[in-house]
Amino acid sequence: MFLSWLPENISTYGGEVDSLIWLIYYITLAWFIATVGALLVFVLLFRDRDGWRAAYITGEKLSQVAWILIPTALVLVLDLWIDLRGGDAWAKIKLHVPPKEIQVQVTGKQFNWEILYPGPDDQFGTADDLQIDNELHVPVNKVVAMTLKSKDVIHSLFLPNLRLQQNVIPGREFQAWFQATKTGVFEIPCAELCGFGHSGMIGHLTVHTAEEYSQWVKDQWPSATGAGISP
Amino acid sequence: MTIASEQSSPAFRGKIAMWWLIASEVMVFGGALGSYILARTSGQGWSEEAAHLSTPLATINTFVLLTSSMTMAMAFSAYQHADQRGVKKFLLLTILFGLVFLGIKGSEYASHIMQGTAPWSGSFWAFYYLLTGLHALHVMAGVIVNFILYLSARRGLSTGYRIEIAGLYWHFVDIVWIFLFPLLYLSY
Amino acid sequence: MTHPPSITPTPVSIVHPAHEARGFWRTYVFTIDHKTIAKQYLFLGICMASVGSYLAYVMRWQLAFPDESIPGFGFVGPETYNALITNHGTIMVFFVAMPILLGAFGNFLIPLMIGARDMAFPRLNMLSFWILAVAALVILTSFFVPAGGASAGWTGYAPLSARAEYTGVHWGINLWLLAHALEFVSFLVGGVNFLTTVITMRAPGMTFFRLPLVIWQLLTASIIFLLSVGPLIAAAVMLLMDRILNTSFFVPEGGGDPLLWEHLFWFFGHPEVYVVLLPGLGAVMEVLAVFSRKPIFGYRWIIYSTIAIGFLSFIVWAHHMFVNGINPRLVMPFSITTILISVPMSLIIFSMILTLWKGSIRLATPMLWALGFMVMFILGGLTGIVLGSAPANIQLHGTYFVVAHFHTVLLSVVIFGGFTGLYFWFPKMFGRMMNESLGKLHFLLTLIFFNLTFFPMHAVGLAGMPRRIANPLQYESLTAVQPLNVYITMSAVGLIVAQLPFLINFFWSIAAGRKAESNPWQAATLEWSAPSPPPHDNWGDTIPTVYRGPYEYSLPDVREDYIPQDRVHPSRSTWKAE
Repeated sequence: MFLSWLPENISTYGGEVDSLIWLIYYITLAWFIATVGALLVFVLLFRDRDGWRAAYITGEKLSQVAWILIPTALVLVLDLWIDLRGGDAWAKIKLHVPPKEIQVQVTGKQFNWEILYPGPDDQFGTADDLQIDNELHVPVNKVVAMTLKSKDVIHSLFLPNLRLQQNVIPGREFQAWFQATKTGVFEIPCAELCGFGHSGMIGHLTVHTAEEYSQWVKDQWPSATGAGISP
Repeated sequence: MTIASEQSSPAFRGKIAMWWLIASEVMVFGGALGSYILARTSGQGWSEEAAHLSTPLATINTFVLLTSSMTMAMAFSAYQHADQRGVKKFLLLTILFGLVFLGIKGSEYASHIMQGTAPWSGSFWAFYYLLTGLHALHVMAGVIVNFILYLSARRGLSTGYRIEIAGLYWHFVDIVWIFLFPLLYLSY
Repeated sequence: MTHPPSITPTPVSIVHPAHEARGFWRTYVFTIDHKTIAKQYLFLGICMASVGSYLAYVMRWQLAFPDESIPGFGFVGPETYNALITNHGTIMVFFVAMPILLGAFGNFLIPLMIGARDMAFPRLNMLSFWILAVAALVILTSFFVPAGGASAGWTGYAPLSARAEYTGVHWGINLWLLAHALEFVSFLVGGVNFLTTVITMRAPGMTFFRLPLVIWQLLTASIIFLLSVGPLIAAAVMLLMDRILNTSFFVPEGGGDPLLWEHLFWFFGHPEVYVVLLPGLGAVMEVLAVFSRKPIFGYRWIIYSTIAIGFLSFIVWAHHMFVNGINPRLVMPFSITTILISVPMSLIIFSMILTLWKGSIRLATPMLWALGFMVMFILGGLTGIVLGSAPANIQLHGTYFVVAHFHTVLLSVVIFGGFTGLYFWFPKMFGRMMNESLGKLHFLLTLIFFNLTFFPMHAVGLAGMPRRIANPLQYESLTAVQPLNVYITMSAVGLIVAQLPFLINFFWSIAAGRKAESNPWQAATLEWSAPSPPPHDNWGDTIPTVYRGPYEYSLPDVREDYIPQDRVHPSRSTWKAE
């Protein structure tokens, strides 16, 4: 219901993120209902009225303290469950990186995403490198590896549909990866305040079918044979 | 029945206040020093820059400050023995040593700047000026406080417990230097 | 041995010489009386809250109607929008939340609740306030310098904040840093004052475990602040050096590291939210006890949990940096500590709820605010869990979900907790009663508009709207949430307008409210033994002696409904049903 506001997930690991959000949502919803429910019930049940005197309960006796210790222990157990699930998901996304099939470099600068494609030779630093601002083209179902950099200030590459977000920091390089499961065009906002052009610093991710992608490659590098990039 | 009084003396209050102040100052210098150590261990070329510092001058300064801590402690001891002349003498010595420290530091800065190594000359220099500058400001504040106490001692008034609290602060400033000296001057 | 009830042992007290009338300036402006200083902090907080709310109004109107001129402001360009958000955050945290919850509540309550005549260092106390007032002036001035006010976010990330050319703002950010330096000094000195006072000036018989919980919360908050602000002070000096001396602490081209700023900032930034939280929580605890006529459940457990929260708050800071490029192997430890902080916090919440069990609950205005706090704080705290889980954080960092979360928790503390304390202690502060009907209206309107404003923001964040953007219409993916943005803006205006009943009630009651007796709420803590308002030295000739804990309500074999902390003996009789 609430979580239907999440943008469409087109990422292989997006499911991990989403199911973790769902788990936490249900746990926290249950706690909310239980605690606020108890609160409201107590307020209704124990309004002051003639002849009723409050009970002097300090919570010093163990039988009384148990009423807070047991729920707190339950909180701890559920916390640990959330952490273990989170650890698994984090490892899948950040530590167990699959071998790359496509690579690009993305450099944030005030106020564009400079996307550098290695070209048909799949090497950076050669003559067929091509920089296209704000347009990230990838084929569907291929592992895309991105090297993330910044030319000036901190920006944040945010692909909501891929459940991917990574700050780009000048002076450092980060690696990120994704594998898109659906074709389409998706927005890439900048998610870290980067100056007066932060609002409107938008790129677009275009996920092509295999054929469309080959066509796009042919259009960008007309003289290339297409060897080195598998369609 | 007796009821223990939770009340306390102004001296006790002053000491508690000074210890908490020192605790927060430890975090200030700790933050700055920690940043320096992390930046230095992941950077290059810091040792070459550090070699431009004058270790002999800083060693003298270290002794100056250590001695000033001793004279400060002796001033407090004189106060405890109601020795007003001793209080005046040792406070004055402490102030003088503090001024010598600042003088040597100032001459170091002057010679650095004339050689062209200013705060903007590189990462090492930025941290050097940050750490020693912050420290020097604290030394200055201590000198001023000690001077105020000295003036009141000269007028024949007892400094009261304030000399102990000022002593705590002064020792803290000395200890910060004990960390700064090897980390800046002796590590290459 | 029984003492005749009319004789109380005379404790040692430091009796200040009687203060004659000292003229307007010494009484109201350069006062050293903690009660007047508390009111100065309160008025400063209320004034700055108007400024901060105005900035929020302009921001929200711009978000709802991006290309239009904002009534009462004009057109908002992109640089202006960044200055609005930056100063809204800075002002609300450092010039509203902290002055009211720490400056006003702390200064007013500490001496009165521990049985002292004033703070340990009254003149330093006055200095603390005036330094903060100057800091407030500095930040207000920063709006009017060329290129306008600071615009790198309240978080001031480098290198955006480190080089003027990245923002186009030169003096605005320098003044912002100066204002921070001044307010750090103000709160540092204030915190030392609070700690020394509580440690050394408690009345005879007031042991640590007889202190009201709000004092424990203020104590812990002061310690947290004192120990966490240091690295940010160092960082602020470094940032100022980067801007003015062209050093490169945080600028990579000169060998610096932007992440260093983030670590130093958040090392303070996270404990700081607990510095704000704890006093508000304490005020609510006091009110829950008084208006349930019951002791707070689990007094010692709450204290131990508060201390645990204090410790844990120092080791969670990098949960603000999960996607900022820190080592991925560092992330899970911080995620674990972050989620674990919910353990002591939930213990405290359970204790507070259980305080209501078998109570005799009176729904006066302060109690309504306290219950409102409970509901809103539980909601806000629970949304923190999903943010604290690193993989979930990937999707929600930098979006309006974060904005919704921190406003829900912060405002539940500052607004609901703050008004709990204000309505409760108003009679003691000003010697008059506030109007109950206006108070209940204020509560109801605030509760409604608060939820209408911030609850939908969670959805906006889930949909992927980034923070700090000036124009949602630039994003095709956000067209679906724009109606929500308009709706939130209207509710925010409602929330601001809902404060009018309070302002009217507050100022009118100070001038012409019904005169208050010394203990209108029949509360047991020490401040209610003093007259309303207390005289300059709080207690007259003899400071009270404390014989019991702070929550002796509804004792089973005693006739009275409650026993004040400084009463020697209760009268003994079996309580009979009327």
